[in-house]
Amino acid sequence: MSESKKYFTRMGDGAIVYMTEEEIRQDIEAGVQDAAKRGKIDPLTEEEKEKLYQIIAMPGSLVGVEHGMQVVTSNDSGSDKINTKCGIPTSRDTNAMIHERLLGCDSVDIGYSDYNYKTVKGVAKREATVLKQALNKCTMPLFYGAMPNLGFYTKPDGPVDNWAVLLPEGKIKEAMTAQEEAVEHAVRDMVYVAEQMHDVGADAFMLDTSGAAGDADFLAALKATEIINERFPDMPVEIGMAGEFVLGMHGKLKYKDVRLAGLYPHKQVKMVEEAGGSIFGVVVNTNSNKSFPWNIGRVCTFVKACTEAASIPVHANVGMGVCGIPMVENLPTDIVARADKALIEIGKIDGL
Amino acid sequence: MRLQLAKKMKINEAKAYVAEKLNVTLEELCDVVTMSEVREDLGLGLAHVEPCAEANAGMEAKFKIAKLLGIQINSVEKFKERAGI
Repeated sequence: MSESKKYFTRMGDGAIVYMTEEEIRQDIEAGVQDAAKRGKIDPLTEEEKEKLYQIIAMPGSLVGVEHGMQVVTSNDSGSDKINTKCGIPTSRDTNAMIHERLLGCDSVDIGYSDYNYKTVKGVAKREATVLKQALNKCTMPLFYGAMPNLGFYTKPDGPVDNWAVLLPEGKIKEAMTAQEEAVEHAVRDMVYVAEQMHDVGADAFMLDTSGAAGDADFLAALKATEIINERFPDMPVEIGMAGEFVLGMHGKLKYKDVRLAGLYPHKQVKMVEEAGGSIFGVVVNTNSNKSFPWNIGRVCTFVKACTEAASIPVHANVGMGVCGIPMVENLPTDIVARADKALIEIGKIDGL
Repeated sequence: MRLQLAKKMKINEAKAYVAEKLNVTLEELCDVVTMSEVREDLGLGLAHVEPCAEANAGMEAKFKIAKLLGIQINSVEKFKERAGI
């Protein structure tokens, strides 16, 4: 009996692996079922799983969406990556023009190299100057972006006690109080920075990697969005998530009577809508020990449930280690192209 | 992108809105050759700026985009305010 044909694909850590049709289909099914069970959501249909198999096994290194299904792009710390990631000494207004006229992006954000609002607060007016210069030169929409990054508000360089130290000591109440205090500091900083960016005509404001420090971090992003929406209604807010699941570092925090700990994307997006957000950046974590078929099956199940629940546009985060993209610095385009196609055609996303 | 931000439109609704305003089909809206001509004719800005004297980019293109799509662009409004227009 001849050996079954094997198809080139990768593991979640980027390593090349060859799989048979049967193995690919089994991994897609396992990924879909894992998402359905964890999120208590519908699995993909048989037709969608078949389409996903076809995308994975499609000949050619690069694949693309059907004509007419192209989507738009937003990003995080986009304008600064040319400098900090690549070491190219350009100014950030120049970087924005490079994104527009060389890389074909639909938007980019001006962001500080230390990409968090606590740090930006001290230089916010200078940051607004960079944004204003870029806005004068660019045609596409420009965001100002950074992370809420609640962990930065802890001692010794922040104002509140460190809950990551208090929790192992069994000081649960103190840890909860510290997080509640940090939320207020972070909201104040984000709104202050938003005001400076609004003053120079920002197209939008980005709260990136929200929820990185858990439910309090996500709450800070939601509260800031609500205030920004009220005070600067002409400056939309995009909330991008840190992970697929809101960690309950506090555990009891609520927004609009909904407990934030444990929310998956299809419920996270409803919170963002309640807060007045305009775009939701969905994240599903990549498991580096599992294959791309397993990961993308799981991703499409979560993302489809999210876009079906959403009344606002949903952009999928497709950087290193999220939404099917392997956990590597230099991304393999064979997988990126397949992840994008699957997210658009099966996940029904509105942007990347 | 601007319609997603300004009106929270999902991608298909946003594309239909822009296609109608530009008087193109959805297929044409997603076609780089057609859209290069449309953008050049309407002064909406392109990736290249040749010939420079006739090409719009940045602020002048955004003035045109705001009017054509019937949306407010914050930097355009700030520019008008600062320039006394």
